[in-house]
Amino acid sequence: MMAANASLESEARPKPTEGEGVHVWNLAATVLDPEVPVLTIEDLGVLRSAEVVDGRAVVTITPTYSGCPAMDVMREDVLTVLHDAGYEDAEVRLVLAPAWTTDWMSEAGKAKLEKFGIAPPSGHAAMAGRAGGPVRVAMSVKCPQCGSLDTTESSRFGSTACKALYTCNACHEPFDFFKVI
Amino acid sequence: MSDQTFRISAGEALTAEKITEAGEKPTEAVANYALRLGDDALILAQRLGWWIARAPELEEDVALGNIALDQLGHARSFLSYAALAWDKTEDDLAYFRYEPEFVNLQLVEQPNGDFAATIARQFIISHFQFELYRRLVDSTDATLAAIAAKAVKEVDYHRDHATQWVLRLALGTEESRRRMIAGLGVMWPYVDEMFRDDDLVESLGDAAVRPSSLREDFDTVTGAVLAEAELEVPEGFVARGGGREGIHTEFFGPMLAEMQVLARAHPEATW
Repeated sequence: MMAANASLESEARPKPTEGEGVHVWNLAATVLDPEVPVLTIEDLGVLRSAEVVDGRAVVTITPTYSGCPAMDVMREDVLTVLHDAGYEDAEVRLVLAPAWTTDWMSEAGKAKLEKFGIAPPSGHAAMAGRAGGPVRVAMSVKCPQCGSLDTTESSRFGSTACKALYTCNACHEPFDFFKVI
Repeated sequence: MSDQTFRISAGEALTAEKITEAGEKPTEAVANYALRLGDDALILAQRLGWWIARAPELEEDVALGNIALDQLGHARSFLSYAALAWDKTEDDLAYFRYEPEFVNLQLVEQPNGDFAATIARQFIISHFQFELYRRLVDSTDATLAAIAAKAVKEVDYHRDHATQWVLRLALGTEESRRRMIAGLGVMWPYVDEMFRDDDLVESLGDAAVRPSSLREDFDTVTGAVLAEAELEVPEGFVARGGGREGIHTEFFGPMLAEMQVLARAHPEATW
């Protein structure tokens, strides 16, 4: 189990271990998700690589959802951070593969989400359409307000592509759930 | 920006270079195939977007808007990739092609009708796209496979959404059931076209997915839902089809005009 978690962590956050890329990664890792401003793009697993090629800082990010409008803002924010740190020549690339999954969200990120009032993704993403892999099962979603597991999904689609709408049957508060994908 | 020289429309559009890591151009055949899938997603997104602020409840405004956004994302990926073969951009393809140059399925251009008709269309297309994308992840074309791997996870939610509504409407009130049956009746004639193979698909081998290979699973899965909803699989009239060759129904032109008018009236406009 420990080994599996370590390998998932290196897949989720493929941070360079030496060279100037480490510095570039650490700079990019400070950028926040504009829609969920408690999570960094590193927490999300959106930050995919950082390197310096011939003096040019190159950062790669991956979209959470295909149509997520926050990607443009994240790209601009990464460029701003790099420029402010003295990288006049910087580039942000977008890659689609491997496809992003909520499995990549860091434990620290999940804790921050819950504190912010958004129920973090629970369980693991199913391999949609693939035989033999994990399947999606409906799990109880814990209310981030009162901690009750007695909650109801009001809509599978919420205020952003990545969230679903829930209502707590115990404290009657509505809340967002960062849905598993 | 490096692609500025061949852009017709300006703006912060996603560039083709960003879709493919190596920036490799697709072959003409792969580009034409990507164009089909991109057009399906684009036209569906345009139709669905109409519902925002018009759905029967706020949650549905949000749901249909989100589904449209996912579809628009898939369209951008497919069209950006296709555009690379012709030194164009996604915006060139979306805004500056004429009706016969669009190769989407006729199903996705069908008018929204009432909510049940839109759900019927969603039910058909999301199950079709799910079956298609879950196979396309094994495409020999790495970019098509990458787009599909991302899209299949999102479309999985779309088919859940449509399935739940088919059940709720069909097993709801007398009126909701009547409308669900009517909606399926309007949309089902366009099912046949989705599963037709042609020379382009044959020529692509394992880079593409043969539409005919999806029929059995589509029929099984949708059939099970319809049975649970105590509905018959609609039979009878089959539309002529031809969307993949640029033949469209009379509803397409006006929709396209609305989609393209701003870009054509103000080329180079940015916001």
